Amino acid sequence: MSHPAIRLAGLKKNFGASEIIRGVDLDIRPGERHAIIGPNGAGKSTLFNLISARIPLSGGAIELKGESVVGLKPFQINRKGLSRSFQITNIFHNLSVFENLRCAVLWSLGYRYSFWRRLEGLRDARLRAEAVMEDIGLARRRDTPAGILTYAEQRALEIGITIASGADVVLLDEPTAGMSRDETEAAVALIRRVTEGKTLVMVEHDMGVVFGLADRISVLVYGQIIATGAPAEIRCNAAVREAYLGTSVNHV
Amino acid sequence: MSRAATEILRRRGRLLLWVGCLAVACVLPLLFKSGFLVSLLCQMGIMVVFALSYNMLLGQTGLLSFGHAVYYGLGAFVAMHALNLVGKGGGPLATALLPLAGGVAGLLGGVVLGYVTTKKAGTTFAMISLGIGELVAACALMFPGFFGGEGGVSGNRVVGKEKLLGLTWGPQIEMYGLIVAWAFVAVVAMYALTQTPLGRMANAVRDNPERAEFVGYDTQRVRYLMLILSGFFAGVAGGLTALNYEIVTAETLNAHTSGVVLLMTFVGGIGFFYGPIIGAILITVMQIVIGGLTHAWLLYFGLFFLFMVLAAPGGIASVIAMQRALWQAGLLGRMLPHYLATVIPVLVLLAGLVGLVELAYALLAGEGATAGDEATRVLGMQVHLRSAMPWAAALAVSAAGAAGLYWIGGRMKRAWHETLSTLNGGRA
Amino acid sequence: MSMLNGITYGLLLFMLSSGLTLIFSMMGILNFAHASFYMLGAYFAYQISAWTGFWPGLLVAPLLVGAVGALVERHGLRRAHRFGHVAELLFTFGLAFLVEEVVHLVWGKVAVDYRIPLELDGTLFSLFETDFPIYKGFMMLVSVGMLLALYALLTRTRIGLIIQAALTKPEMVEALGHNVPRIFMLVFGGGTALAGLAGVIGGNAFVTEPGMAAAVGSIVFVVVVVGGLGSLAGAFIASILIGCIQTFSVALSISITDVFALVGIALPQGSQVARLTITQLAPILPYLLMVAILVFRPRGLMGSRES
Repeated sequence: MSHPAIRLAGLKKNFGASEIIRGVDLDIRPGERHAIIGPNGAGKSTLFNLISARIPLSGGAIELKGESVVGLKPFQINRKGLSRSFQITNIFHNLSVFENLRCAVLWSLGYRYSFWRRLEGLRDARLRAEAVMEDIGLARRRDTPAGILTYAEQRALEIGITIASGADVVLLDEPTAGMSRDETEAAVALIRRVTEGKTLVMVEHDMGVVFGLADRISVLVYGQIIATGAPAEIRCNAAVREAYLGTSVNHV
Repeated sequence: MSRAATEILRRRGRLLLWVGCLAVACVLPLLFKSGFLVSLLCQMGIMVVFALSYNMLLGQTGLLSFGHAVYYGLGAFVAMHALNLVGKGGGPLATALLPLAGGVAGLLGGVVLGYVTTKKAGTTFAMISLGIGELVAACALMFPGFFGGEGGVSGNRVVGKEKLLGLTWGPQIEMYGLIVAWAFVAVVAMYALTQTPLGRMANAVRDNPERAEFVGYDTQRVRYLMLILSGFFAGVAGGLTALNYEIVTAETLNAHTSGVVLLMTFVGGIGFFYGPIIGAILITVMQIVIGGLTHAWLLYFGLFFLFMVLAAPGGIASVIAMQRALWQAGLLGRMLPHYLATVIPVLVLLAGLVGLVELAYALLAGEGATAGDEATRVLGMQVHLRSAMPWAAALAVSAAGAAGLYWIGGRMKRAWHETLSTLNGGRA
Repeated sequence: MSMLNGITYGLLLFMLSSGLTLIFSMMGILNFAHASFYMLGAYFAYQISAWTGFWPGLLVAPLLVGAVGALVERHGLRRAHRFGHVAELLFTFGLAFLVEEVVHLVWGKVAVDYRIPLELDGTLFSLFETDFPIYKGFMMLVSVGMLLALYALLTRTRIGLIIQAALTKPEMVEALGHNVPRIFMLVFGGGTALAGLAGVIGGNAFVTEPGMAAAVGSIVFVVVVVGGLGSLAGAFIASILIGCIQTFSVALSISITDVFALVGIALPQGSQVARLTITQLAPILPYLLMVAILVFRPRGLMGSRES
């Protein structure tokens, strides 16, 4: 059990002439809750997109549980046990809440592309989807099309889809973006509950969420990680303070 | 009521609906005993299967294909050749199973051609499907040995001397029975497919291909499999056509046939399983009934289609579903008077427009073009095409209809929006 | 000589595919009825030349077609746009269907006698004992002139720059502000006018009949797929390529057996496939090219967008 959950080595990404990720080295330990913070435009979402193969990388290496995943397609990486959420809600709008979650568990339960089994007969898929639905507090909205849920409900569903497959490495991209204080608190409790025993990597702007949840924090500035450490270390780190110019970190 | 109980009720209702439809399909020809009706019903049954197979792509997977007739046509040709082979020593049972041969041909066609087309989704898929369709249609003219050239391939569905339960498939009514049986099995199978993991993931890929990839599914594979299965059912429909008409021409797999199935499916409604069934039945009736009355039928059809795209993009099924929602909310009564009032100007406008089109048709395309000043029959009336009177009359009727529609239609629209907001307000 | 014919045909294809590409890039609409506007151009020109002669038709017919296009955009497409891409595509599909029926209605189901004007009838020059007709030269002249005008419009004018920006960055269009609908109408009108012009000069060189839209339409789609969706340069290369392939293949009467014999493979005699000549294969060559491109280079020759 010596492999890190995710290892990034010399990771680079450029769009045309502009370098967005300029050599990121990072080890995420199995089972830790790791937050990535940084000013806007630092490349946090790009980093997630590279790890999950949403976009191709320009250089460097990515390992998932000790195995290189460079060049794999998103669905292949997902099958290796990495799941992610999106900053901009990315759900199946015309399907009901329940169907959204059931779609998310089908592959991991081994139902693949089968067209000879009735969905209604798949007890395990139904139970798992219902359990997740209970977890994210959307049981009342079971048959509502996802497209007409409220924003906070869609964000909860987004997290639900991400964790439903039971992936052991979970990436959450700004899970509380745009939420009110109450909604944020509920979301934090939800994230804490559903990622129990899993490796969590999250991008987050809300420092309250970050310092409340994370075991370790990495600070990404202009495509490079300038510091990684426990919340207390990051809070006192001079370079981090400089990068943020005394903004949110002080307020925590 | 508990969720499980509602589910059981719903399932029972569904079963009742299936059995009811089957019963209607079986009883209809016996009630009227008209040869015309039976052949119309045969055509409907075939088109229902074809349109549903098309909606597996368009409605369920979000793939707009302009070349679906390829699988239908392949099925038809293979079934026809198989029929001619069977003719050398088979019997009615073998004939009854021929649509399966068509289905297998459609499936294999899907395996080969779908590999290329489903690499892409969206607009690119639409263009490629068109190109592949043209490719196959051009090949059909190139290989007369298999496709029979201009004359097509023909055969005789009565095979051998023996009978299967007293049936030879010779009389049209027996053929109708065979079509109903096949159509029922195919429709049930296609419905069942929507309730499987693949069927559901096809919906997911339609809604959001990116997210589907991030829950572990290869969207290209989902599209490919759906196309193959859809090709199978299109092939079954093709096989039925071959048996029904006993002749297959290159027309069955060309762009026109692809276009017709697209129109049927869309007009019926792609968002509902039963939508394409409505579309196939309605368009087949229109095609045969109106097509028999006027040469301008395709023009009306084109206008009707454009009207549907602009006014009811969800198709007839969505309109029905909407009225059902109103009815359940007890609001349909509010709208009914408005609907009825709107019918009048619509009919007037239609009458005027049809008059104009028929006059123009008689003048430009019909024998009227050479008839000069003689009276011509248009819509059952004797008119002088080159005098101003009939034109002015048709124009006046159209104008009156349009004005009435503007006035009454406006009121209906307001009432509609009010009712809709009540409906939505009640829900939220 | 085939080469020149091929280029002439290719340039004609480009007049169609460039309009299609512009409309697609700007508005995200694949105009299924594009070739129908080509057909309308030919028929309008036929009608006008029957009344006043060829030359007024050359100018007026494309403008009329463009006006029809603009009206269609304003009163039809814009409405369909609200229901999404599939509705738009289906609208243009229905439109193609309708245009064909209207042509049936007005001009009949058989080809009309739309002829090359007398002053352009004759031989321009002879090469290897084959004549190159004046009219082909004229077609090239018009196409190249149009090409230069289009190029100037795209690089020298404000609206051209906006269109170019939209070509490379589709999301830019959204940032353009309030006159987007007007630009859309102009682009659609302009694109269809180009198709109309192609119809005016192509209708009499080939044949003006109700089936001409369907025949050219699918080839134009092949051009756009092969060139790469949304790329003008790709559309140009693919147009010329396919123009030449079609013209060359029609002129070649060797059979597949001969082709394989050239590379030293003897095919079993007597099979239907082996006896086909390249000429007979001509109608499917563009589609085979499309399939090959899709298998080996799915983005198209010059395409940058994955869809």
